[in-house]
Amino acid sequence: MQKIGVFVCWCGSNIAATVDVKAVANAMRSEPGVVFSTDYQYMCSENGQNLIKDAIRDYKLDGIVVCSCSPRMHEATFRKTAMAAGLNPYMVEIANIREQCSWIHKDMPEGTEKAMVLARAAIAKVKKNAPLTAGTSPVTKRALVIGGGIAGIQTALDVADAGYEVDIVEKSPTIGGRMAQLDKTFPTLDCAACILTPKMVEANQHEKINLITYSELENVSGFVGNFTARIRKKARHVDEKKCTGCGVCTEKCPSRKGLNEFNMGLNTRGAIYIPFAQAIPNLAVIDTSNCIHFKTGKCGICEKNCSAGAIKFDQEDEIIERKYGAIVVATGFKPIDASYFDEYAYTQSKDVVTSLEFERLMNAAGPSKGVLVRPSDGEHPHDITFIQCVGSRCSHDATKGKEYCSKICCMYTAKHAMLVREKYPDVNVHVFYIDVRTPGKNFDEFYRRAVEQYDVDYIKGMVGKVTVEGKKLHVQGSSLLSNDQLHIYSDMVVLATAIEPDPTARSIGTMLTASMDTNDFFTEAHPKLRPVESPTAGIFLSGVCQGPKDIPETVAQAGAAASKVIGLLSKNELVGNPCVAHANELLCNGCSQCERVCPYGAITYVEKEVRGPEFRGVKRVAQVNEAVCQGCGACTVTCPSTAMDLKGFSNNQIIAEVDAICR
Amino acid sequence: MQRELIERLNALIGEGVGKRVLGWKRGEFFYDTEPAILAADQLDELVYDSFCGPNLSKYLIQEMPKLGEGEKIIALIKPCDSYSFNQLCTEHRINKDKVYVIGVGCKGKIDVDKIRARGITGITGIDVDGDALTVHTLYGDEQVNRKEVLLNKCLSCKGKEHRVFDEQIGESEETSTGDDRFDMVKKLEAMSAEERFAFWRGELSKCIRCNACRNVCPACSCVKCVFDNPNTGVQNKAAADDFEENLFHIIRAFHVAGRCTDCGECSRVCPQGIPLHLLNRKFISDIDELYGEYQAGEEVGQRHPVINYTQGDCEPSIVHERGSNA
Amino acid sequence: MPVNTEWKPKIVAFCCNWCSYAGADLAGSSRLAYPADVKIIRIPCSCRLNPLFILRAFQRGADGVILCGCHPGDCHYSTGNYYARRRMTLLFSMLNYLGIDSRRTRVEWVSAAEGAKFAATMNDFAKTITELGENVKLGDLRCKEN
Repeated sequence: MQKIGVFVCWCGSNIAATVDVKAVANAMRSEPGVVFSTDYQYMCSENGQNLIKDAIRDYKLDGIVVCSCSPRMHEATFRKTAMAAGLNPYMVEIANIREQCSWIHKDMPEGTEKAMVLARAAIAKVKKNAPLTAGTSPVTKRALVIGGGIAGIQTALDVADAGYEVDIVEKSPTIGGRMAQLDKTFPTLDCAACILTPKMVEANQHEKINLITYSELENVSGFVGNFTARIRKKARHVDEKKCTGCGVCTEKCPSRKGLNEFNMGLNTRGAIYIPFAQAIPNLAVIDTSNCIHFKTGKCGICEKNCSAGAIKFDQEDEIIERKYGAIVVATGFKPIDASYFDEYAYTQSKDVVTSLEFERLMNAAGPSKGVLVRPSDGEHPHDITFIQCVGSRCSHDATKGKEYCSKICCMYTAKHAMLVREKYPDVNVHVFYIDVRTPGKNFDEFYRRAVEQYDVDYIKGMVGKVTVEGKKLHVQGSSLLSNDQLHIYSDMVVLATAIEPDPTARSIGTMLTASMDTNDFFTEAHPKLRPVESPTAGIFLSGVCQGPKDIPETVAQAGAAASKVIGLLSKNELVGNPCVAHANELLCNGCSQCERVCPYGAITYVEKEVRGPEFRGVKRVAQVNEAVCQGCGACTVTCPSTAMDLKGFSNNQIIAEVDAICR
Repeated sequence: MQRELIERLNALIGEGVGKRVLGWKRGEFFYDTEPAILAADQLDELVYDSFCGPNLSKYLIQEMPKLGEGEKIIALIKPCDSYSFNQLCTEHRINKDKVYVIGVGCKGKIDVDKIRARGITGITGIDVDGDALTVHTLYGDEQVNRKEVLLNKCLSCKGKEHRVFDEQIGESEETSTGDDRFDMVKKLEAMSAEERFAFWRGELSKCIRCNACRNVCPACSCVKCVFDNPNTGVQNKAAADDFEENLFHIIRAFHVAGRCTDCGECSRVCPQGIPLHLLNRKFISDIDELYGEYQAGEEVGQRHPVINYTQGDCEPSIVHERGSNA
Repeated sequence: MPVNTEWKPKIVAFCCNWCSYAGADLAGSSRLAYPADVKIIRIPCSCRLNPLFILRAFQRGADGVILCGCHPGDCHYSTGNYYARRRMTLLFSMLNYLGIDSRRTRVEWVSAAEGAKFAATMNDFAKTITELGENVKLGDLRCKEN
């Protein structure tokens, strides 16, 4: 028989005024299993706690019930008290007779009666409690950042500055990401490269940062503090230690078929190339699909011209396997495919471009060296039409576009319009918009400037169709304000295409068991209070992978994610919550239903040798990773055989409470 | 067809496809069949006729651990059973790689009780010739139309397509009457709460807790049932409290909700004739109505609606809002 | 049926730890009264509520069972209440189908800030159950025709 002690708190008059605490303590004395029951003015005071400790020792109590305020208030206090007296802290239950009894019931007999029921329920529960011990796991003091754009770079710099090792894995040959492709940035119009490249250099030179470029994540296992990542470092066919980045090979390469990714395919590059002048690391890479040597076995001009002897045609992919304590997702975005919106003639005319393509056309390092020309014939345009919300806010047709607002398009379109007018005052600029959304510091001022100082023709309305008519683009739209049908003959049309998560995000999310929304943006652990954490412990979110945002927001979130990573890596070990799910292997059917509802990916299945009175042999069973499980209990209800149960809130504990209340 | 089947099975065993066959054999009476695992030398016991109602999929679970590396068992699966087969594959209870599935054709199975219900007694044998049944009795022969005495589950057949098979043998014939399988559920929903209560009290109080429904159910395949496990708090061998039967049937239906293929075995085997499938069909009809049409076992790997959600799901208050008559 | 003045309903309220249990605490600290017939059982998340517990409560004589959890979208564990919502919808529908009044089962989403909503919900639910009277239905279910 268990020995249970009951401690009824007066909480001064807070409880004692409407609950006859002595009557409760007396009544509990006659409950089966209760060997000690008393009341005291302030159970949470030092004297009160000593009373509990003495009783635990004197009566050799196996469990205690404290009838007091809410467990949200003092459960932790009384658990410590129990522990100090040598009782397992999880052998404590609280009957909430203040918030849920004395404070809401005016009538003493009524309050007293309810307090007794609540006490009995807590006694019934504590009898079914089992001692629990929180597990600990060590923390590997190294972080992995997936994605080397501004989000990943900033997170890595902040974590590294705190003294922790950081690896950045980037799938393209250089870090820098989308921001490196931008010309100017809103609302200050400072040049993107001028503010980004120093950060790229800093990341490269930081002694704690290790760049793993031209590499892809292949697999991630483990859990918070103890992840193991397998990274495939693709062969550059260039010896990283020897290549000086002089660029001779890129000039001599006779193949000119590869589309220049950095310039959004607006021009071509050699089969051996350096993505752009400030690429980090500044190393050449061979695009084997266009390389004459790889196709015919001949050529080898780069090899002949490389004075450093860095060309290595026989280089092979390398697999890096490393342990990490924390993983930051910074996979970023890409513009959606504009060919879905062919009413704007994107595939029919080279002069219809996306905003990111336009960004390259305006950039001094771009294909036209920063001189704005029509891509079709290289002539100077005299009239440009911008169309906003192409693929954003597309709730009427979610198969084509995105339901969400891409957030950055209003501002970059204002920027483009302003830059064009600034550089080429002779060019007429029209902008078709649904709404102009400018919440942000100095954002609306910026947009007003475009309208008022730069005389950009903002038209509230939609464009129905763009057709190619000779050298002109016939833009047919409507103005909602003047209620006119408009026919504008432009030389160029710029589509403010929606942004979407990078296509690699989904597979990375699956590897990390990090949840995503229907748009493939990563889900945060709490939309308001934990915006930079994934619900999966140890996974953090930085930048647009979580949702559309501009550069300052990305940098702010990157820093926030870094501070969470630092908080995690600063611990030597993680103490788990012992109230976690547990699978009884003998009862487990192996059906995987629990695995599917677990929001944390804490459940895995293994083939295991199981021995029991009714079964002996190998079977498929669920295993809960206690370091990952957060104890919600979703799995327990999906389990038809009750093999899956939750410690601290077990089926038997809750049924005991139900029975006591309905007695 | 039975002879053709046995010949093919002998050939398959000869080719080394598998050593044993899961099929049916004759039970105590000529109209009884029971699941059987037969080795090559027992194949003459195999039966495939108009009385092979039992759903065999579940019996593969216990065979899985007995199969060695690369070894297969040959299983005879009717079209309706193939849904249960897939559902069990989804739940990793059956490994398709270890089963050679022969999709056997089905023209509907006969319910001998329906023949008896026509006042025909002392039945000693039945000859089947197309739709013409000649029932031999102690008192002479009777003619019965086969279509009129099919099992209830055949009347709401999901179709004669095998959702899984390695090869198919024998012809099938549509048996569904085309009536809405939810007719009776709707009828009950249209009753007043008191009438519904009376209906179920009448039905469920017949329950003798023989567990036949549970034992036959392909979805009820827990390694240990909660109702047999003394640690779950709900175990009870006998009905200590008369709510037990109701608790048992509600929990049973809830445990299989989303996984039940509507194979109808529970009602077929109930010795008390309780229409247990009406509990499962209520869940199916609610799922179809509230979360979109769903058929368990249609494909392997489906995520069933009870372990899924959408952010825009209806609130539980819909039960009340639909009215007490819904 | 005539209301028995002696009879008091037995109401079991399952509250998730993060939102609704905290909401109940707030109702208490705001001194917002609701009937003492309501007894709260704390569970970590609404998704922890096994239909078994509800049936057990009815079996043991409860007259009404209510589940309170975080609002959809605000679950501490992201998705728990979405699963709870489906399970409870289906379970309540089944109980209704068996002739158990759908007003005896309820789900309400109560946040930690909604002390007033918690008290109002419990007052309303207790009133509904009191008006419905003793859960004769289940009493009858428990009483077989012999």
